[in-house]
Amino acid sequence: MKSYVPAYEMEASRDLSATLGRMAREPKIWKPFAGGTDLMVLLEAGKLPHRKFVSIWKLQELRGIEENQDYITLGALTTYSEIRRREVLAREFPLLCRAAAETGSVATQNRGTLGGNIANASPAADSPPALLAYDAELELVSTGGSRWVPYHGFWFGYKQTGLRPDELIRRIRLPRNKRTWKQYYRKVGTRRAQAISKVCVAAAAHVDAGRIVDVRIALGSVAPTVLRARETEKMLRGEKLTPAIFREAQDVLVREIAPIDDMRSTAQYRRMIARNLLAEFCETIS
Amino acid sequence: MPEVVAKIRVKCEINGREMTLETFPMARLLDVLREQAGLTGTKEGCGEGECGACSVEMDGALVNSCLVPVFQAEGTKIRTIEGVAGDNRLHAVQRAFLTYGGAQCGICTPGMILAAVNLLARNPQPTTSEIREGLAGNLCRCTGYTKILESVVEACRSTEQRA
Amino acid sequence: MGAPVIGTSVQRKEGREKVLGSARYVDDLTLPGMLFGATVRSSVARGNIREIHFEPGIPWTEFTIVTAKDIPSKNCVALLIEDQPCLAEQTINHPEEPVVLLAHPDKYLLEEARRAVRLETEPLPAVFTIPDSLARKEVIWGEDNVFKSFYVEKGNVDAVWSRADFVVEGEYETGAQEQLYIEPQGMIAQANPADGVTVWGSLQCPYYVHKALVRLFGLPKERIRVVQTETGGGFGGKEEYPSMLACHAALLAWKSGKPVKMIYDRAEDMAATTKRHPSRTRHRTAVSRDGKLLAMEIDFSLDGGAYETLSPVVLSRGTIHAAGPYHCPNVRINSRAVATNAPPHGAFRGFGAPQSVFALERHLDRVAEAIGLAPDELRRRNFIQEGQTLAVSQVIREKVDMAQLMDHAFELSGYHAKRQRFQEENPQSVIKRGMGFAAFLHGAGFTGSGEEYLASEAAVELTREGRVRVFAGSTEMGQGTNTIFTQIAADALGLGCDRIEIMQPDTAMVPNSGPTVASRTTMIVGKLVESAAHAVQQSLLQSNLLKPGYGAQDFDDACRQYIDKFGALQSLIKYEHPHDLHWDDQLYQGDAYGAYGWAVYVAEVSVDTRTAEVRVEDFVAVQEVGKVINPVLAAGQIEGGVAQGIGFALYENVVWQEGRMVNGQMTNYIMPTSMDVPPIRVFFEEIPYDRGPAGAKGIGELPLDGTAPAIANAIANATGVDIRRIPVTPETLLTLMESVHA
Repeated sequence: MKSYVPAYEMEASRDLSATLGRMAREPKIWKPFAGGTDLMVLLEAGKLPHRKFVSIWKLQELRGIEENQDYITLGALTTYSEIRRREVLAREFPLLCRAAAETGSVATQNRGTLGGNIANASPAADSPPALLAYDAELELVSTGGSRWVPYHGFWFGYKQTGLRPDELIRRIRLPRNKRTWKQYYRKVGTRRAQAISKVCVAAAAHVDAGRIVDVRIALGSVAPTVLRARETEKMLRGEKLTPAIFREAQDVLVREIAPIDDMRSTAQYRRMIARNLLAEFCETIS
Repeated sequence: MPEVVAKIRVKCEINGREMTLETFPMARLLDVLREQAGLTGTKEGCGEGECGACSVEMDGALVNSCLVPVFQAEGTKIRTIEGVAGDNRLHAVQRAFLTYGGAQCGICTPGMILAAVNLLARNPQPTTSEIREGLAGNLCRCTGYTKILESVVEACRSTEQRA
Repeated sequence: MGAPVIGTSVQRKEGREKVLGSARYVDDLTLPGMLFGATVRSSVARGNIREIHFEPGIPWTEFTIVTAKDIPSKNCVALLIEDQPCLAEQTINHPEEPVVLLAHPDKYLLEEARRAVRLETEPLPAVFTIPDSLARKEVIWGEDNVFKSFYVEKGNVDAVWSRADFVVEGEYETGAQEQLYIEPQGMIAQANPADGVTVWGSLQCPYYVHKALVRLFGLPKERIRVVQTETGGGFGGKEEYPSMLACHAALLAWKSGKPVKMIYDRAEDMAATTKRHPSRTRHRTAVSRDGKLLAMEIDFSLDGGAYETLSPVVLSRGTIHAAGPYHCPNVRINSRAVATNAPPHGAFRGFGAPQSVFALERHLDRVAEAIGLAPDELRRRNFIQEGQTLAVSQVIREKVDMAQLMDHAFELSGYHAKRQRFQEENPQSVIKRGMGFAAFLHGAGFTGSGEEYLASEAAVELTREGRVRVFAGSTEMGQGTNTIFTQIAADALGLGCDRIEIMQPDTAMVPNSGPTVASRTTMIVGKLVESAAHAVQQSLLQSNLLKPGYGAQDFDDACRQYIDKFGALQSLIKYEHPHDLHWDDQLYQGDAYGAYGWAVYVAEVSVDTRTAEVRVEDFVAVQEVGKVINPVLAAGQIEGGVAQGIGFALYENVVWQEGRMVNGQMTNYIMPTSMDVPPIRVFFEEIPYDRGPAGAKGIGELPLDGTAPAIANAIANATGVDIRRIPVTPETLLTLMESVHA
């Protein structure tokens, strides 16, 4: 049953500073609205209780992709289409590009934004595992200033992030230190395109002389938040690439994740897939 | 009863024509196109951005108009199915759909044609795989996609021949 | 006279409007002063309505409110019987049952109001499964929950079991499937005591809707008018349900005195309207050592939901198709459709046959395995031949060569070589591949005496300008009715397609050609159109105003002269049942269908053992259909049907909770996208059926019968898993694969 559209307000402020000012003056009153690919679905389903939105879609300060020696920095309003088109991302951050390509459809990718996806905090989102695997950092801005926080830990509960009501995500930066790492991304969805993820794995490993020097393993759809499999990483760090090690890692992983039964899939299936995708990752890095 | 907010006036260009649309800020662009602008070619199939029947181009990008609040259409250039055919000629994609059976019941057709036209504008000679991917956001229940793909392939071929 | 157009891919008659976006579907139409209508539905699967509360905060005086009390004549949606209420009055029998209707000019406020109607109900225990319904845990319909049952007997199965070399048993299940036409259901109604009732809407069967409105309002037939608007897909989902929606819209129009538009949103459409009947089939088959079928005992059950709707007919078709295109001397079929507290299930392309054919073709692969024969060899040794009888004792009097169809399908798909290669490669591969097939038939037209009972009519009229108007109650919904009728009429008259006009199905204008269902439109109604065209042609020839071998100009002149001299020139043709078709409704035996489409479909699948995801890699569909009237349209029907069959086999899972569909969104009810469907390769063979127009038989439903079992058999071949149920979701397949390895 659709929402009562005439009760919904949307305004826009002149620029980022004015937007932040509005959000500071009336905290929790005005919620930011980017491309709408999540919020409009809720509106249509009658599941959007909040009714005042400040459109940030035109804020140029939140757009653009910058490169320097150490980081690639993406504006929060970078769309999935823009991510897919950017060559340096395809070369150095393929997991993020894969995630972008698997998000919805062309139409969704044109309006879906990285910042919006992060703020929406859906456990089944496709990009968060890639962001975790890359040690992403977020710049959060308010009238009080700006702060950089690691993405890991920012999302701490079901639909709960460290974003304060008067803050916006301004930028996401990815350290350029995994260029040489072996990288793996796989999303298992309900079908080949436009699919909600059942399990999603983004992983990267630095391997030297048959040993795992360092590793990142992140999963979506197996916990109330995106999950960084720290125990599994800890177990693998320093180890040789042997089948026995990989089997042990699978056992550790299964204990770290907390998948559920829902309309789309079962906990049992998700556990098995998580194991199997980890195994596939291990094969990839061997 | 929740309070009704003030209507806004949104200025945009639709199929080359300047239009001012007066409506609620979070009315769906889909509804505004169909009702205020009288352009019923864009269809609602699901209301959740899954089926693509509501696809339009906004500033050259394919979007699901059921997910765009009309507020954000301010100052944009929109093209709907009504804006695809030229003055007296069908677009190559439309011609191909007629010859190759790309449309059966026709309800997905406007969105599908927009998606195909948009794809070819970005990638004039896509592979079959790229066509499948480019149209994956447009669901068709009648055709099984086979003749839609054939139509798009033919549209590319005939465009290339002319170029 | 022009070159024949039958057999050529004439462009879709209404194609130009469709590609321009100017085709008008019901939601594209408005009438002055129009209100929007919405439905308030029950909240429990079964119970008694205590009270209806209209919560404060809504300006209720602005609304038109309709309940069962407002129904002028009988509170029912008349179909085969009158058991389904139009609006629930006291008792509720399923969780989407309509109770209150609301109308208002503001469609947003209407939704807000819908939220503010609260039904106070006293729940009653409900049943949700076939076993519970059969066990009569609760009797929720009639005396025993059984809408209909059939018993078919041929020979004597009981004499065979003890002396057979092998007896193989199995139980198979299919789930509900949502038709998922991309255009949701919709109606506009205008109704008042002075003018009567008119409805415009997305529908397949204008005369079904007409009948239901007559009964609801108690008005004479001439005061009710039903007009079909451009329809965005039906697949059976708009066969019976539009009657309900038309009744609702008309009641609101009647009470408000204004036109009312009701368009379902996708969630409501999925949850509340009909779906394919879930099924359970039990097979017991006796077979000789050399692979001859000796006896087949089949127990076939359908879940009909809360009211009868079309369950008896779905059951009928499923029953008749249950033993397939094989010869077996001894057959017993026990079947029944039972009631559960779910929204009523209804017509969906295939109509019972996809359910029973899935079971049969899975079962026969298992029978072959049990006796050590290749699955195709088992089929080959039992395919029916001309002169033999099907399970319902119908003597096959048409040419049929299933073995040749199978060989052709195998050749095109590389079945044997691939099966061999996959067998060798699979053990070393994470991706297992397999080949599977299904051999099947589909009867065209209504069963038995059904066509006789329908007594369909079609008419052709010539205008003074020489234009040819075709009047038929058959509807276009994408399958090509308009174009096929155009081609038939054009060739019957020896003229071009441009002068042929297909009149909009409007009960004020067109005769009752029967419903647009059952793969009958080309074969049965097309034949009437052909005959009507010939009849007007004969009138012209006999009047001597036209000579044989005439050209277009001659025809125009003759029309003008004839009409000036004699008045209107039209011909109405009524269906005549062939005298040599005999069907016994009591024994359920005889000539079930005038003609059958025969087919063999082959699927190639890959299964990723890491994720249990199944991909259909290639699909070959070979069928013998009498005559292909329009190659592009015909192939389009098969391709679209195969895609729906792929959904039925792999993706389309209705998640039920207490009788309610809880995944009623396109995000969660999964149909294939363009990336989920392989190249679908379609091949036709033609053995003309002398009673069809130009020899054509029906094909619309055929692809739904064979696709899912071909895929299921391919998965079994790839993985060694014994598939018994569809959809084969990765979740269930993963569990099954593990038990194979254990």
